[in-house]
Amino acid sequence: MLEVDRVTAGYGEFTALWDVTLRVSAGEAVAVVGPNGAGKTTLMRIVSGLVPIRAGDLRLDGDSLKGRRAHEIVSRGIAHVPEGRRIFPRLTVEENLKMGAFLPAARRHYAETARRVWDLFPVLAERRRQRAGTLSGGEQQMLAVGRALMSRPRLILLDEPSLGLAPVMVLRLFDLIRRVREEGYTILIVEQNVRQVLSLVDRAYLLEVGRIQVEGRAADLADQDFVRKAYVGI
Amino acid sequence: MKRALPLVGLHVLVALPWLPLGPARLYILHVVILILIWSVVGTAWSLMGRFGLVSLGHGAFLGVGAYTTVLLWNFWGVPPWIGTPLAVAAACFLALVLGYPCFRFRVVGHYFALVTLALGEVIRLLIIAERDWTGGSLGVTLKDAGAGAVNLVALQFADRRVFYFIALGVWLAGLLVWRWVDRSMTRSALEAIGEDETAAASVGIPVTRFKLKITLLSATLTAVGGVLYGQYVTYLDPGTLAGIGVSLRIVFAVVLGGMYTLLGPTVGTALTIALAEYLRVAFGVRFLGMAETIYGLALILIIIFLPAGLYGGLRELWRARPRPLAAATPPVRPA
Repeated sequence: MLEVDRVTAGYGEFTALWDVTLRVSAGEAVAVVGPNGAGKTTLMRIVSGLVPIRAGDLRLDGDSLKGRRAHEIVSRGIAHVPEGRRIFPRLTVEENLKMGAFLPAARRHYAETARRVWDLFPVLAERRRQRAGTLSGGEQQMLAVGRALMSRPRLILLDEPSLGLAPVMVLRLFDLIRRVREEGYTILIVEQNVRQVLSLVDRAYLLEVGRIQVEGRAADLADQDFVRKAYVGI
Repeated sequence: MKRALPLVGLHVLVALPWLPLGPARLYILHVVILILIWSVVGTAWSLMGRFGLVSLGHGAFLGVGAYTTVLLWNFWGVPPWIGTPLAVAAACFLALVLGYPCFRFRVVGHYFALVTLALGEVIRLLIIAERDWTGGSLGVTLKDAGAGAVNLVALQFADRRVFYFIALGVWLAGLLVWRWVDRSMTRSALEAIGEDETAAASVGIPVTRFKLKITLLSATLTAVGGVLYGQYVTYLDPGTLAGIGVSLRIVFAVVLGGMYTLLGPTVGTALTIALAEYLRVAFGVRFLGMAETIYGLALILIIIFLPAGLYGGLRELWRARPRPLAAATPPVRPA
């Protein structure tokens, strides 16, 4: 479904990703792990069109997404849950979801999609009129995921969803992501919690200083060596 | 009741030129016309300001609007009917040159304000430098069309009442534009952008396009205000119509009145102009700078105690007042 083909990208003079190749098939859940500064967030941002590609190609179902703007990519069915949640703090929970369904195609199905999100995250339904900034960290992360679902995507990019959450909350969040997966969404997730994310996904890539170092099935990678590499990079 | 108040207000405004206002009738009419014209400009500014696009250079659009029509008329006899669309086009071009690079490359917040500040000054200096055309810092006077008291082609009228109604019409049109934006998807999109640009982009909002759209709209309305000013006052000078001074005066008025409400910019403009006129009449030339000092004080107090502006703040207080029937309270929309 998604192909990242020998992509090089960066910011200004700085190159964050070198020759990165990655693929996600429909219905699959794939993780990208790696130490801080490896380029994981940049990888997410090139897929969602927030950072331009310098070389290589990015394809969704065979169509090139190279040079497309973020809003065009959302309309193609890729939703990005950015790092640090990035909800709209002064809008209410419900208004945040409305913004998620901003594109006309998604807006037409607002009521239906919203019902699915309320079902998935009942705690959000209880707080629909509350300002999003007053939610707890975990609830904000759920809202960020819910908002991404509102655009009716096929592929969801999750960038460090567990960042800054209490350990209990992290477990709950992973359960919820598992449920999102069971609903049939394809998932590409970047995580620091390597062990937990490996229990969630089918395959994983290890990214180090901008290059893919290891790739394989999650079950095969769940050994000590890989996990250590992902954490400390040696 | 809710509908009645604006309706009564509108009737009073329409009947104003015939009300018995005493010997100062013409003067009062003059001040009201000025208030209406500057309210158009203030409303235009608030279109951007309310979404965090703080421009400190709206004088540029104002100056371009006023000077384009007046110079076209003075040099080639192009009537304002044709001059106005050209002035709007020029202001929009300027907005595009300013906005596109800023929005594309994420020049936001303070940096955006500084860029606009520079733009206002550039236009003022340009007007001064091109003195063969523009009269430089001495200003330029709109050529009298002659041919009687009412000249429809040149939009020049000896009778202030005609101008009063034109200004009233443009002001109402400006309010309609504001309200149209307020009720559209553009508003939600720009609110989201104002909260967090990256998040807005990640949910599929075309950030650059929306910011550009509101900037062009604001520049258009500001230029129309400038045209109106030129046709009414018939004398332009770069200090009054471009540069930092006027740009900041627009901002002060809107912040004073409140930029999140329909009538906020108008109330703020009315107060600042009325205050300046009152102080001018009361003190004459004895206390120069008194008006500015009082503005400054009022502004500081209002920013501290009524962050939603005078009109916005008082409206909130009015809505939050205790009522016998709690159920009848309409839901308060977030500003």
